[in-house]
Amino acid sequence: MQLKRTPLYATHVAAGARLVPFAGWEMPVQYAGVIAEHRAVRGAVGLFDISHMGILDFAGAGVPAFLDGILTNRVTDLQPNQIRYSLVCRPEGGVLDDVLVYRLPTHYRLVVNASNTDKIVDWLEHQNATQHWSLDITVKNSELALLAVQGPAATTLLQEMVGTAADLAAVRYYRGAQAPFLGKEITITRTGYTGEDGFELFVPAADAEAAWAALLAAGDPYGIKPVGLGARDTLRLEAGLPLYGHELDDATSPFDAGLQKFVRFRNRQFIGKEALLQERRVGPDRELVGLELIDRGIARDGCLIVVDGEEVGVVTSGTFSPTLQKAIAIANVETGTALVGATVHVRVRADLRAARVVPLPFYRRER
Amino acid sequence: MNIPEELRYTKEHEWARLEDGLCVVGITDYAQGELGDIVYVELPQPGATVEAMGEFGVVESVKTASDLYSPIAGEIVAINEELEESPELVNDAPYAGGWMIKLRPTNLDADWPTLLDAAGYAAVLAESGAH
Repeated sequence: MQLKRTPLYATHVAAGARLVPFAGWEMPVQYAGVIAEHRAVRGAVGLFDISHMGILDFAGAGVPAFLDGILTNRVTDLQPNQIRYSLVCRPEGGVLDDVLVYRLPTHYRLVVNASNTDKIVDWLEHQNATQHWSLDITVKNSELALLAVQGPAATTLLQEMVGTAADLAAVRYYRGAQAPFLGKEITITRTGYTGEDGFELFVPAADAEAAWAALLAAGDPYGIKPVGLGARDTLRLEAGLPLYGHELDDATSPFDAGLQKFVRFRNRQFIGKEALLQERRVGPDRELVGLELIDRGIARDGCLIVVDGEEVGVVTSGTFSPTLQKAIAIANVETGTALVGATVHVRVRADLRAARVVPLPFYRRER
Repeated sequence: MNIPEELRYTKEHEWARLEDGLCVVGITDYAQGELGDIVYVELPQPGATVEAMGEFGVVESVKTASDLYSPIAGEIVAINEELEESPELVNDAPYAGGWMIKLRPTNLDADWPTLLDAAGYAAVLAESGAH
């Protein structure tokens, strides 16, 4: 299969990034190095190309009602320029994807995982046809680039670039604004996947290279660095944020993954509601826990969790935390088998290694 | 990319150097660059024995774990204890401070000629499309 390239592909190659296949895209995994990029985001500001994320725009009569019937979180009461995190579930309650839904001033938008874009478009088109909505669902990735500017200096840097036409400090978390950027009005949202303050920018594809260069130039005094998917993963893991295919899949329910606050039952119908109501009654049989390794080594995705000689779960994501300077992991375990403070064992290759159960997230920024 | 002339290499990106009758082993500059930031090196206890191209440890970067293969057969007589505190030495100085094990060879005459010289290793990298 031919890998897709974002509008910034040539820019990444010229910057010496290492490019890898990811969810059908050829993406930068790192520029200077994962740890340096990670630290730039925690301590200053980082710039990410996340144009591989699926951008779906909706047009037609009844879009909010249509989406409200598919997403686990409520859509119909979104205010203009408000954004919500939501799951998309199967009728049986398993997670098809985790998404952001945007009510923009002119229309609704979903941003979905790159690995799930085709699946979600098919799912939405199936509902669109069988429920007779006749909506237009358009994948916008050939027209739009998506950039993330994340870190404590992100607001100051972007405010400098948009000038006085918009007050970005006044844009609340999970809200957006239309602001002039390099001579065009674009949508800027206070969202991200790093555990830091920051923004995401929908930029016309034709302007992506100029926007990237301008952000790096204006961000230079703040210590901005381009950041690849390697550090994007270590940042989200420290922040305890789930990644589809690791913490979430179609055999996992939102409750199994601790995401119950993104499932809204009252006065609405959505796909999966009955199964999830039943699960809420009986309680989930799985849960996600945080682990810090006591023994040396790094627990990776797939390592088994052992308590008193019994296998109780599996690591869903694990890495070396650049912030904490220790090996951390998220594990999916049978409910109640790994309580915070307990010591469990992780099978890393042939050996059992001790790990402490800790609260999620591993890292929370100071406010 | 740095491929010192005086070393010998494996296709798995380890280097070997003879020194006072012992064989010093590490991973190449190319390997450390491919792995990225190295955060943990798991090494055997001194006294362990290893076959030629047998696994002797694991190197972990932020992103991934990679097995380490011994260029020659031998008994491990020393490990680089500094890597426990400072695994980044493998990134910073793969041919010097980032060395991993010292072996007492058990079959040197047979094993040594199987290793690649610098030109041979450079050819392996060129073939694999390394840049």
